[in-house]
Amino acid sequence: MAVVFSETVPLVSEPDIVVVRRRVREVAGQIGLSLVDQTKVITAASELARNTLIYGGGGSMQLESLNGPRLGVRLTFKDNGPGIPDIELALRDGFTTGSGLGLGLGGTKRLVNEFDIESKVGQGTRVTITRWK
Amino acid sequence: MEKIPILRMGEFLLVTIQVDMHDRLAMTLQDDLTKRISETNAHGVLIDISTLEIVDSFIGRMLGNIAAMSRVLDARTVVVGMQPAVAITLVELGMSLPGVRTALNVDAGMKLLRESLNGHGENGQGQSDGRRL
Repeated sequence: MAVVFSETVPLVSEPDIVVVRRRVREVAGQIGLSLVDQTKVITAASELARNTLIYGGGGSMQLESLNGPRLGVRLTFKDNGPGIPDIELALRDGFTTGSGLGLGLGGTKRLVNEFDIESKVGQGTRVTITRWK
Repeated sequence: MEKIPILRMGEFLLVTIQVDMHDRLAMTLQDDLTKRISETNAHGVLIDISTLEIVDSFIGRMLGNIAAMSRVLDARTVVVGMQPAVAITLVELGMSLPGVRTALNVDAGMKLLRESLNGHGENGQGQSDGRRL
């Protein structure tokens, strides 16, 4: 698997969520994802970007375009926030510690092909998602 | 400050969302709309989202809030023009917009609003071209 393209988008304030959506849309379009798959991965990115900002206190998104064996887009959201004590619970629909609907993580997982989350309490959280063509 | 225009047409208010909304803009729209409903005595609100490429949980929640708030203010809300890819993604995300009436296009949405104003099809029952997600 080769990384064809990589860039990092900072996530420090709310308008950055819009930048994340726009950049993911561009790359997802370039690799030829179908409209539905583009919409899914952009929506997933929007949810995770908001989590990074609200719960993680800000961070960044690494955007990568992959080639081999298939084309794909991989997004890695990182923050140095408080971390998630119980990931299994956080992935459940309806779970939220904020003001949201609690659809963020569990819902996002359904929108992508691969979903990986690593979190250490007191150190931060990293969520990686991939959508293949 | 950036704002989404709200047009008045008789007893209805019309909103066309044509920008990729950041979260604060969505909140401003929610506030502005409720204010305009009470100022103008509007009995219906039509929100055209046909140019929106994604609806994430935040925007979905805003649409639900607008529908609920306008209902309390004696106005009906219809969301029109949702793109199929957006509908698929929203449902997979776990958000089926309960309480939000939808129609395929502006014409069908206006018809729904007029009918509910005339006392027919209250709460969207027995509509022919209105639909719920």
